[in-house]
Amino acid sequence: MPSLKDLKNRINSVKSTRKITKAMQMVAAAKLRRAEEAAQQARPYADRMNAVMAGLAEKASGSESAPRLLAGTGDDKRHLLVVLTSERGLAGGFNSSIVKLARQTAVKLRGEGKDVTILTVGKKGREQLKRDYSQAFVNHVDMSEVKRLGYEHARDIADDVLDRFETGDFDVATLFYNRFESVISQVPTARQIIPAVIETAEDQEIADSVSAEYDYEPGEEVILAELLPRAVATQIFTALLENAASEQGARMTAMDNATRNAGDMISRLETEYNRSRQAAITKELIEIISGAEAL
Amino acid sequence: MADTMQFDLVAPERNLMSVPVREVRLPGTDGDLSAMPGHAPAIVNLRPGLVTVVDDKGTEHQFAISGGFAEINNSSVSLLAEIGRKREDMTQEVFDEMMRSAVRKKEAAEAKDTAHGAENIVASAAKLLADMEALGTHIGLDPNSSTVPH
Repeated sequence: MPSLKDLKNRINSVKSTRKITKAMQMVAAAKLRRAEEAAQQARPYADRMNAVMAGLAEKASGSESAPRLLAGTGDDKRHLLVVLTSERGLAGGFNSSIVKLARQTAVKLRGEGKDVTILTVGKKGREQLKRDYSQAFVNHVDMSEVKRLGYEHARDIADDVLDRFETGDFDVATLFYNRFESVISQVPTARQIIPAVIETAEDQEIADSVSAEYDYEPGEEVILAELLPRAVATQIFTALLENAASEQGARMTAMDNATRNAGDMISRLETEYNRSRQAAITKELIEIISGAEAL
Repeated sequence: MADTMQFDLVAPERNLMSVPVREVRLPGTDGDLSAMPGHAPAIVNLRPGLVTVVDDKGTEHQFAISGGFAEINNSSVSLLAEIGRKREDMTQEVFDEMMRSAVRKKEAAEAKDTAHGAENIVASAAKLLADMEALGTHIGLDPNSSTVPH
């Protein structure tokens, strides 16, 4: 039976924990709003890029001279997994779910006798993958200094990936990140970026506008060659933004749970504290009364 | 036919501008071109340079862009640029940053060239740099002020 003082201490410590988790939840909520806004604002560019790409790729994919970024190397033996995770923990299952998906993919690919290399972005994913896959790591991008996610960060990652593709380090590149569905739901997603997978535009209006017959200046092939590296960077940028929003969403939910847990624990401890206090008072009373009776 | 069309300047991070315009003058890779309402649909690669937009009141606005491409339609022009700024907002600092990335690209291309012998990559990177320098001179900024990392 813990003493009254022990109980009091425990209650206080849980209370201060609750204060911290509550504060973290609020910070995450504010950051989430900003991250969501950033993702929203980046959408027009990505949508248009996809729409134009879709129109161009349709024409070029049949031809022999289609760029390698679109047509692939003609092989799919070597895979590069680009795993995007966060720099900070305490975000619920955010990082684990991405890592889990990446791990499953890696196991499956290896089972098929394929080569797997991994490029990590964000410290948390690297830590979790280090034990099993440290041999497969090719590079790590540190985002801990990044205050505001910008396109240049995505471009740096894209340049690195494209360089490796040029030198023939891999045939297929896949991006792993959490797609932001809502505050309470983030879906770990694998998305192939090289060779490019062309999505049909979600926005019907844009899709229609692109299906019109275009003149291409200078030429379709030249534009496609210019566009494909940009499209890779854009996809990485989109993934980074979605990931950032997901991270804050996951953290918010996790911290909300933690705050509620702390509240439950406090009320349990307080009941126990009050019972022991009552017991102590009753015991003292009994002692006084029996002392008086003895006289 | 309407005498204006929709003009959108879109950067990866956000929509920079969305206004009705009478005319857009674009720096295409193969030469400048001008788009007015009723233009045939086209997709055009752009070099670093100045975009001039004439709005519905006839006022001209100028933007410096770092290259990209434009999608021209009968009734709209969408310009996708990685960096786009109003000419007034183009400071030496911003320009230096653009120069630096162009120089880096050229150096990377040259380094690759010795290994692979892809001459056209170097040529296009060199052209990019030259275009960037021309843009700087044109708007009165010094292309050589940036300290280029070696």
